[in-house]
Amino acid sequence: MPKYTLHINGSEKVVDTEPDTPLLYVLRDYLELNGPKFGCGLSQCGSCMVLVDGNAVTSCIRPVASVGDSKVVTLEGLTSKSGDLHPVQQAFVQEQAAQCGYCLNGMVMTSVGLLNRNTNPDEGEIKEALRMNLCRCGTHTRIIKAIKRAAKNL
Amino acid sequence: MIELPKTSRRRFLRNIGYLSVGFPLLNSCSSKQDLTVAARMNYDGNLPGSIRNASQVNAWLQVLEDGRVMVFSGKVELGQGIRMAICQVAAEELDLELDQVEVHMAETGLTPDEGYTAGSGSVQNSAMSVRYAAATARQKLVELASIKLKSPVEDLVFYNGKVKTKKGNQSLNFAEILDGVQIDMEVTVPVSLKVNTEYRYVGKPIPRKDIDKMVRAETNYIQDLRFPGMVHARVLRPKGYQSKLVKLDESGLSTEVSGVTKTVINGSFVGVITEREYQAVKAVDFLRNHSEWTVGSFFPDQKDLFTHIKSIADPSQSIRNDGDVNAGFGGNKTFKAAYTKPYLKHGSMGPACGIAIYDGDILHIWSHSQGIYPMRKAIAGMLKMEVDKIHVIAVPGAGCFGHSTADDAAADAAILAMNYPRKHIRVQWSREDEHTWDPFGTAMIMELEASLGEDGKIIAWKSEVWTDSHSMRPNDEPATLLDTRYLENPIELKSRGYLGGGHRNADPYYSIPNMQVNAHYFDGPLRVSSLRSLGSYTNIFSIESFMDELAEKAGKDPLEFRLAHLEDERAIAVVHKVREMCGDEVLKEGEGIGFAFSRYKNTAAYSALGAKVWVDKTTGEVQIKKMWAAVDVGEIINLDGITNQIEGGMIQAASWTLKEQVTFTQEEITSTDWSSYPIFRFSEISEVEVVMINRPDRPAEGGGEVSMPPTGAAIANAVYNASGKRIYDLPITAEKIKSR
Repeated sequence: MPKYTLHINGSEKVVDTEPDTPLLYVLRDYLELNGPKFGCGLSQCGSCMVLVDGNAVTSCIRPVASVGDSKVVTLEGLTSKSGDLHPVQQAFVQEQAAQCGYCLNGMVMTSVGLLNRNTNPDEGEIKEALRMNLCRCGTHTRIIKAIKRAAKNL
Repeated sequence: MIELPKTSRRRFLRNIGYLSVGFPLLNSCSSKQDLTVAARMNYDGNLPGSIRNASQVNAWLQVLEDGRVMVFSGKVELGQGIRMAICQVAAEELDLELDQVEVHMAETGLTPDEGYTAGSGSVQNSAMSVRYAAATARQKLVELASIKLKSPVEDLVFYNGKVKTKKGNQSLNFAEILDGVQIDMEVTVPVSLKVNTEYRYVGKPIPRKDIDKMVRAETNYIQDLRFPGMVHARVLRPKGYQSKLVKLDESGLSTEVSGVTKTVINGSFVGVITEREYQAVKAVDFLRNHSEWTVGSFFPDQKDLFTHIKSIADPSQSIRNDGDVNAGFGGNKTFKAAYTKPYLKHGSMGPACGIAIYDGDILHIWSHSQGIYPMRKAIAGMLKMEVDKIHVIAVPGAGCFGHSTADDAAADAAILAMNYPRKHIRVQWSREDEHTWDPFGTAMIMELEASLGEDGKIIAWKSEVWTDSHSMRPNDEPATLLDTRYLENPIELKSRGYLGGGHRNADPYYSIPNMQVNAHYFDGPLRVSSLRSLGSYTNIFSIESFMDELAEKAGKDPLEFRLAHLEDERAIAVVHKVREMCGDEVLKEGEGIGFAFSRYKNTAAYSALGAKVWVDKTTGEVQIKKMWAAVDVGEIINLDGITNQIEGGMIQAASWTLKEQVTFTQEEITSTDWSSYPIFRFSEISEVEVVMINRPDRPAEGGGEVSMPPTGAAIANAVYNASGKRIYDLPITAEKIKSR
């Protein structure tokens, strides 16, 4: 099987797998990362989102062979080495912006991706950025509040 | 890796004996004089059902080696925050810091059997059982400490896990007091409870401990569990509901897909086990493309669904019959309306997962089931095993909102584990399977008839409800598990499940002298079970839509019309409150506000909803601008937790109301992903505002389902007020608004 060297959360990881294995399965099944979640495998719900070169993208249908030299960051990689939370993570805790928390990975990663390119988004821009992300518990309004709070604390 | 269970606890538990019963209970208010010790008073009321089944203190809590407390609950965490609520009541009664309490959710053989985590029942059963057990434990700890410290109870301070003498020169933690034993005594009334005005935690918006873990990806959902040597599996579902496997050619599988370990075929059940997870995805695709199934017309034409339902319904059953409805209709202005609701999906964000290992003697199963004890019985029946040979551990999954597919995934894993022993087998469902095989919330019809008197009040009311079962949860009947349909020796379902949920809230909570409710049960074409709030959502959608219609006929304001038929002060209070919350709203062109009220189950929590919508006159598109809820759940345990539940319920129910319906052809379910079964996305989300009316002296009611029923009607009424179009058939779509 081919070997892939991936840049994940600031370090290099070598994985032996088939070229069509989606990045999500590499992250979860080979690298034992739990941040990105399997939600649909169809790039419809956003549960599996990661940052690829700073942009939030789905990982469930993205073949590992297409990742190349891109820098991949997962939810785990947002927390500093000393355990300090990213302002977005912190804001989600402060706003208690979760119920079951299964979609939270995608919500946080999308928010970080948004704030990477727009440090002061308005509500319309926040909703537009989160158009890929589904939540079934109905915590949307808390998530919007959390992103507004995070933007203030950047 | 996950550590299950914690070794330190297990060692401690294994090494201890139990205190014998026989110490007299202390009197209440043992340390009233001490300022740092909260006042207590005797509770002499009923104990919850859960404690009647597990009456010993140590069934509910045990002291750990370090003096902290492990609480056991037979309920499961579904994202509703019950773990935190239970932690709060335990810490409250035992005067502990919140970090000194750990909560172990359901596990067979370890926690009490509390049936299903369902029906907004966890606070009043599990949390209240823990409250009484913790209060009983506290009494015993004070008494034992008094003996150990040779100091009268009045001279002791009980706080943050220590019992100290007032002079402060001696102190013991709970483990030191118990000396390696646990509190083995019955919880009986009277129980000395902390006075609610002295609460440190209960009723407060205490942040959940697990959200900090979630943002760090440190929470272990069932999908995240990994065990040494664990293998992956997927199950190939039949083509249609009653399809049988005709032929399966697996000859090329191992060359086409690497890592294939075993294929298990039993009747029409096909599972494939692989080393890596994505290999299982590819393997099951291969098998799908190399299999033949019988096909057939299993379903009616969707456009004829409600005609079909009426044609297959049983003769009607009388649910309620007060006064004389026919006399009430005679000679008065009588009005009629009929409402329908389609099949709805649970729509969990995380497709089902189950993990199992058969160690040669015991079958261990990890599941996000809502009822691990009843599920164990069903799996034991399916596998023809002794119940005691199956050990089930509840692990959180994604929010499921009723009986979804968790039990079926556990059954898949169990079948495969018995065929491939001594390996952890992890079965992950696909999104398509989750959407196709979900036991949906049933389609329903409600027909209403009411008459108005000269004074504009309702004289007579009749509800006719058509419903399938609202619970086919796993229980003694193995056939409640999906797999039992396909095994070589399929098991037939004997009973029809819980039908009572269908007429839940079918009788209005209004004072009406003549009222009749009839239920027409049907055994419908689609697989169904419990969906959040069961029949109440449809029934309240219908009743509260009709209340607005009647108010208009009577020439009354819709809220005044409701208030004129309410006697319960708590009901009146939520209606007043929601009106006050919306009081300052200014409506623009095309906007309207609608209201609805319900008391969940007519016996539990109260909610009044307001919704403001805008309707596009040309396209018929509906946008919700804002929703308000005034809610009374009695005593509040966690203010932020309950608020979160109410908010989420409103948004989920709004999504049901405007967007959702299961679609199907005569051969198959066609809403198989998030494109063909759309739910709310962020662009459709409105602001929500919730006010909780706290009633610390009234019993705590669960709130998970409370805001769902009135949300649909509030939106329908708002749409009518905005556009003049009343929609009777859910969902309320632009096409329906335009076409009428």
